[in-house]
Amino acid sequence: MLLLTLSFTNAQEKEKMNMDHSKMNMDGMKMNMEKMQDIKAEAILNDYFSLKDALVADDTKKAAQTGAKLAVSLKAFDKSNYTANQQKELVDIIADAIEHAEHIAKSNIDHQREHFKTLSKDIADMVAITGTKNTLYQQFCPMYDGGSNWLSASKDVKNPYYGSKMLTCGKVTQTIEM
Amino acid sequence: MKKSVKIIALVFLVGLVGIQFIPTQPNQSDSVPETDFMLVYNVPKTIQKKLQVSCYDCHSNNTQYPWYNKVQPVAWLLEDHVKEGKAELNFNEWDSLSSRRKASKIKSIISQIENDEMPLASYTLIHRDAVFTDTEKQDIINFLTELKNKL
Repeated sequence: MLLLTLSFTNAQEKEKMNMDHSKMNMDGMKMNMEKMQDIKAEAILNDYFSLKDALVADDTKKAAQTGAKLAVSLKAFDKSNYTANQQKELVDIIADAIEHAEHIAKSNIDHQREHFKTLSKDIADMVAITGTKNTLYQQFCPMYDGGSNWLSASKDVKNPYYGSKMLTCGKVTQTIEM
Repeated sequence: MKKSVKIIALVFLVGLVGIQFIPTQPNQSDSVPETDFMLVYNVPKTIQKKLQVSCYDCHSNNTQYPWYNKVQPVAWLLEDHVKEGKAELNFNEWDSLSSRRKASKIKSIISQIENDEMPLASYTLIHRDAVFTDTEKQDIINFLTELKNKL
């Protein structure tokens, strides 16, 4: 289902880009027509991955710090380059993600991991709309809370929900490329 | 009594009397908006009552203030609790949230009750009827879980 949504939104973005292309003054401007880049989304993803790494390392203090940083980058998100429908969806996603990031900034590790699960869904939903510069991997742990996903920048499976207790438990279920 | 002790006691007393005059904003409303949790869902009577007694004082637009709320610094403390509580979760404004936000909130409510983090210990110390028995906990968690799955 996610793959369908991803390819659909990808097609939508490509369509949007072709329309913008005709309106643009190309003099002296170099445009990468292959990938739509959202700098703010990339910043969010970077902070998300830092948070994920902190949880993998059982480092609750670092997780709190990165959670706070993520809340900031989420608040800095710029939705103006998206369609009205996408904007509506993004506003909802970002608002929810901010709440989870803020909670992570002031919770113990168990709570941080609970919030991280929903946050991961929010970020995945965001990426489905914004796209991503780099290839991402959706990974899945069947044991945590009836089964939980997270996003990773690398194919290596390092479990943020169990950390050192079950470091490599999980598998790649999806490759996300735009 | 030593002079310094007398002075400290006097300052303290003056301070205590002084803060009585600082006004606080009462959290009161005599109407229940249609966004209220209980109006949006078919909530079993026992759970309705429990939510009202254990949660609504800090998590709604209407707080039932105790007599000692007339005294500072108690009023401050309560005002603080209510402000923070409402910012986190306001049952009266439940339906103003998207499904995504609702699902997140329900997860948090379940987690807080399960881990005995809510209601606050300072609240249940005074409000003994706000305490959750194991059965009450399970009932409300089951109800909320079902709710979340239907969202």
